Amino acid sequence: MTEEEARLQRTYYTIPIGPTHPSLKEPLQFSFDLEGERVVDVEIKPGWNHRGLEVLGMKRNPLQTLYLAERLCGICSVSHLITFSRAVENALGIAVPPRAEYIRVIIAELERIHSHILWAGVAAHELGFDTLLHLTWRVREQVMDILELLTGNRVNYALVTIGGVRRDITREQEPLVRQALRYYKDLLEMLVDAFLHDPTIELRTRDVGVLSYKDALELMAVGPTARASGVKKDIRVDQPYLAYPALELEPITPDLFRPEVHGDVYDKIIVRLLEVEQSIGLIEQALEKMPEGEIGRATKEEMTELLVQIKKREGEGIGRHEAPRGELFHYIRFQRDSEIPILWKVKCPTYSNLMSYRPMFQGAQIADIPIIIACIDPCIACMDRVIVRRDGREETWQIAQLLAKSWEKTRRLKG
Amino acid sequence: MILAQIIEQLFKKPATNKFPVKYMPKSVSAFLKSGRPIVPPVPTPPRFRGKLIYHREKCVGCEQCGRVCPANVIQFVPQEKKVRFYLARCTFCGQCTDICPADAIEMSNEFLLADYNKYSKNLVLE
Ligand code: SF4
Ligand code: SF4
Repeated sequence: MTEEEARLQRTYYTIPIGPTHPSLKEPLQFSFDLEGERVVDVEIKPGWNHRGLEVLGMKRNPLQTLYLAERLCGICSVSHLITFSRAVENALGIAVPPRAEYIRVIIAELERIHSHILWAGVAAHELGFDTLLHLTWRVREQVMDILELLTGNRVNYALVTIGGVRRDITREQEPLVRQALRYYKDLLEMLVDAFLHDPTIELRTRDVGVLSYKDALELMAVGPTARASGVKKDIRVDQPYLAYPALELEPITPDLFRPEVHGDVYDKIIVRLLEVEQSIGLIEQALEKMPEGEIGRATKEEMTELLVQIKKREGEGIGRHEAPRGELFHYIRFQRDSEIPILWKVKCPTYSNLMSYRPMFQGAQIADIPIIIACIDPCIACMDRVIVRRDGREETWQIAQLLAKSWEKTRRLKG
Repeated sequence: MILAQIIEQLFKKPATNKFPVKYMPKSVSAFLKSGRPIVPPVPTPPRFRGKLIYHREKCVGCEQCGRVCPANVIQFVPQEKKVRFYLARCTFCGQCTDICPADAIEMSNEFLLADYNKYSKNLVLE
């Protein structure tokens, strides 16, 4: 049989999905091999929207790069900020006052709350449950308002700086933060009820996009993706940093809610919702234990002094942080007599999780593609369009068609 | 439980602020020319990081602000020993405000800065 005949006899189609959409930090291209409605295999290609931020960072001093690093991601922006600052502090041997570490923890956990709630809304949308999308995004406003109050902006908080934070949490602000936490505590019951006790959601997500414990370990999944498969992996616990050693904290796995771990999309919802609860607890503990004192380099003299110090010292450093999506890693290297780093490298959690897509997709249906894509990362919008190759012809599928297919499946299952 | 939420919402005010108008006007330019009031945006909290204010008379021309600005907003004008801000690029990080030794830069709570021309009067501070 020639190659051409083999190709003609092949019973599956290939559909590429992606690659780019400006709203995604890492646009992807998927190429699915299909046998009827079933996904046989998937090919994933990242690298479509390389923005060259690292090069920009190698042309600026770290104080300038700080808020550029923050813009790597619009959702987990403070995670990048914390990780970058920690890398610079690590490289140059700069100490951070304890109160600043607590404030960093509080902001990081507030960000986790908003990121996970945002994700939950996206997941609901992918399943065709738009009421829940609007509900979750409405309740998310509360934490955005608190972040705006504490930092001066809803997104891109610009709060963390090298060697500390720029704004303190004042006595007047504390009760407002506590009030928001109470709001989410009351709300959580409703969210758990809406997501985890809904029969339709369970039908659509149970045993869909399964990542087994073994695969999660072997493919180095990170964050909620790994934890949903039962891997107890969390940088905040494994290598405590900031104020995390002083706080009570356990990696969240789905067995805390249901006895058996499936590693499917349902388990990922469990993990993320439970992590919202965990973050509320962490912020409460942090507010309780936060010591009085310095918050770091916020004054003019200190900022100027910092630039001088950066120029004088040399060295390399790393920063790690458990971002809402998993482990985030920054590396930076400085040379003597230059305030500009010669190397800056960032590794985002989505990149680590990319390989886990393959086992998750194998055996899935076309209608499950949107929710599986969404289940490791909320920025599904990259799935701009789909090209279907059928008998050598190309049809272009819009995202709307794919979503319609997903919604149709929900309706069918509901009966 | 979610059903209760939906029913409750039917009788509540919508959570979204109808900014700038409740419904999209037929013609945006006609609406703007008519001078009819717009629905105000949601209020900003204290210490909001908004559009910069530059107190030119206070500025001593030390160029410190340019050293910390991530977006190259600030251009030094050597003849006058003052600076010029191209706000279309500003990221509102507030580092220039923090470092200025003469307190010549301030942040206001103004944030409606959209413009067709990035060099418009509103967006170049001198
Ligand atoms: S606020 Fe930030 S981006 Fe804007 S001019 Fe000042 S330093 Fe530059
Ligand atoms: S830091 Fe302040 S005083 Fe110095 S040039 Fe900038 S605005 Fe002027």
